[in-house]
Amino acid sequence: MFLRLLLSISFLMASAQASARLEILITEGINSARSIAIIPFKWLGAGTKPENFATIIGNDLRSSGQFSPISIDKMAKTPSNSQNVDYALWHKIGVEAIVMGEVKPASKAGEYTITYELLDVVTGNMGMPGYSPVLDKRSSTVKTEKLRQFSHRISDVVYEKLTGVRGAFLTRIAYIAVDRSSSYPYQLRISDYDGFGEKLVLRSKQPIMSPSWSPDGRQLAYVSFEKKRSQVYIQNLYTQKRELMTSFPKINGAPNWSPDGEKLALVLSKDGQPEIYILNIKSKALQRITRNRVIDTEPSWTPDGKSLIFTSERGGRPQIYQIDLTSYKTKRLTWEGELNLGGTITPDGDSLVVVSRHNGNYKISVQDLDSGDLRTLTKTKLDESPSIAPNGSMIMYSTVYQGKKGLALVSMDGRFKANIPAKNGEVKSPAWSPFLN
Amino acid sequence: MNLSMISKSLLIALPMLALGACSSVSDSDSDAMSAETNAAVQTNVIEALELTPEEILVQQYTAAILETTINFEFDQSSIAPRFTIILDAHAKLLVDNPDKLLVIEGHADEQGTPEYNIALGERRANSVATYLENMGVATNQLTIVSYGEEKPVNFGHGLAANAENRRAELAY
Repeated sequence: MFLRLLLSISFLMASAQASARLEILITEGINSARSIAIIPFKWLGAGTKPENFATIIGNDLRSSGQFSPISIDKMAKTPSNSQNVDYALWHKIGVEAIVMGEVKPASKAGEYTITYELLDVVTGNMGMPGYSPVLDKRSSTVKTEKLRQFSHRISDVVYEKLTGVRGAFLTRIAYIAVDRSSSYPYQLRISDYDGFGEKLVLRSKQPIMSPSWSPDGRQLAYVSFEKKRSQVYIQNLYTQKRELMTSFPKINGAPNWSPDGEKLALVLSKDGQPEIYILNIKSKALQRITRNRVIDTEPSWTPDGKSLIFTSERGGRPQIYQIDLTSYKTKRLTWEGELNLGGTITPDGDSLVVVSRHNGNYKISVQDLDSGDLRTLTKTKLDESPSIAPNGSMIMYSTVYQGKKGLALVSMDGRFKANIPAKNGEVKSPAWSPFLN
Repeated sequence: MNLSMISKSLLIALPMLALGACSSVSDSDSDAMSAETNAAVQTNVIEALELTPEEILVQQYTAAILETTINFEFDQSSIAPRFTIILDAHAKLLVDNPDKLLVIEGHADEQGTPEYNIALGERRANSVATYLENMGVATNQLTIVSYGEEKPVNFGHGLAANAENRRAELAY
C-alpha cells in the first residue's frame, strides 16, 4: 500500500513535468524513518497552484532515508498555518513534525509569495506556556521558474532544523549522457539533484568522462577524447570558458578537484603504467604521487585535503589505499569483497564509500573507517561511480535499469533507493555538486 | 565471404567485358571499313586484371591481415593463441613498411568503474604493442589510446556484449 502510493506520486510528478528528461522512480520505501506530515500548501490565488510544493519537499525528505512523509489520505485536516492546528490529532497518528504553507500571487506578475512553517508536534501537544511549537516560519517572493528550486530550499531548511545537519537538496549533479541517435552522442549535462532542470554543458563526437566539480561549484574538470586521445579540461559553467589541463601521451584521466580548489589529482600513464599525480591548476606544476609497476587510479581527496584515496593493484586485485601527502605513507583501507574500486571519503571523514565486488556483482558499499565494517547499500549488479551529497546523506550512482544505464539514488543508511532513468540515451558517471548556496 | 565472391565474379566478368569490346569493333562493318582506309591495322586497349587492395594484402600477408579486432577474456590482457596469427600478419606488414603507423585502441567491458576500465583498456593495448614490438615492429610506429568502456561495439548489457566489448582494435 505504502509503496503503491509512492509510485503513484512519482508517476504524477512525471506527467506534470513531461519536459524533464529524468524522473525519479522509487524502488524501495522505508517504514522505520521519522514520520512527518507535509501538508499540501494552500493556494490563495485564482486558477491552479503554480507548483506542487508538498510533493517536491516530500520526495526530498524521503530521499534522505531519514523521513517518512505520511500520505495525504491519512491527514484528517489540512491546515495551512499554525493558528489553527489540533496537535493531539497529529500526535495520535505518530507524526513528529508538520510542514505547511500558503502561496499567493505577488504584486508583480509571474511572482509568488510563499509562506511556510515547520511545527514540532510533541511541543504543540504538550501545550506548555513559553514553548512555541513553531520551529521556523519564513516568507519569500519567488519567480515562477524558480519555484521548484525554492521548494528544495524549504526541504533544506526543514532537514537542517530536524536533523541538525545542513540539507543538500538545493544542489546539482553533473553526469555523462550517451545518446547514440545524436550527431554529438557524448554529452556532459547537469541537472538538479532529482534529475529536473537538465542542461547541456558540452557535447562531443568522442567520449567525455569523469566530471569533477570545483569546490566553489563554478567549474567542472573532465576528460575529453575530442582529439581522439584523452585530455583533461576544466570548464567554467557560467562563462563556458574551457582550459586544457593535461595532454600527455596515453592516459590523462580521473581528475579530482582538491578541497582548496587549487589542484587536481589525476592519473597519467606517460611514464609506463597509470600513476597518480597532483597538478597545480595555475602553475601547471606536476607532482608524481605513486610509483610502482601496476595500475594506480581513481584519486580522491580526503575532506581535509591532507591525503588521497586511490585504487591500486599493488596487492594483486584492485583495492582502496590512502596516501598521506606529507609523509607519503600509504595504507590499505579495504579488505572485504573480491575487489574494491572508486573510493571516496564521506564529508564527515568517518566512512569510505566504494564499489565493492561480491560474487561478480558490483555494489555500492560503505565502510566504517574505525571498525572496518563494510555495509552493502545496493542490490543490483552493475552499480558504479558513487558520488556523495555534500552533507553526506545520500549517494548518487550509476546502474543498469531496464536494460539501460541510468542514475540511481540511495540514502547513506541504505533505507531509501530510487532510480532516475534517462529518457533519451544512457546516463552515467554522476558527480554531486558541492553546496551551491 | 562477400569479398571473395565479388573478386571471383570480377575474374569472370572482366574477360567477358573485354570480349564484348572486341566484337563491337568487328560488328560494325562500316566503321571497320573506314578505319581500314585510314590505317592498315587497329589496336584496342585491354584492361588489366586487377585485384582489390584487400586481396593484394591477403596474398602478401594471409587473410588474417583483414582482421583488426583482438578479443580478451574477463579481466585479462594476455593475447589468446587464436589471435597471434592476426598480430603476426600485421607485424609483418609494419616491418615491411616502416613508414606505416598503427593506432592500437584498448577497450573494456562495462564491469568495474569507468576510470579503472581506462587502465584495463590501456593494459590490453600495451599487450598488443609489446607483441608487435617483439615481432620486430618499431616502437615509433605504434600509438596507444585507451577508450575503456566508453566505445562499446555491442551496446547491450550482458555476457555476450561484455565478451565482444573486451578488445583491442588496430587502426591504420
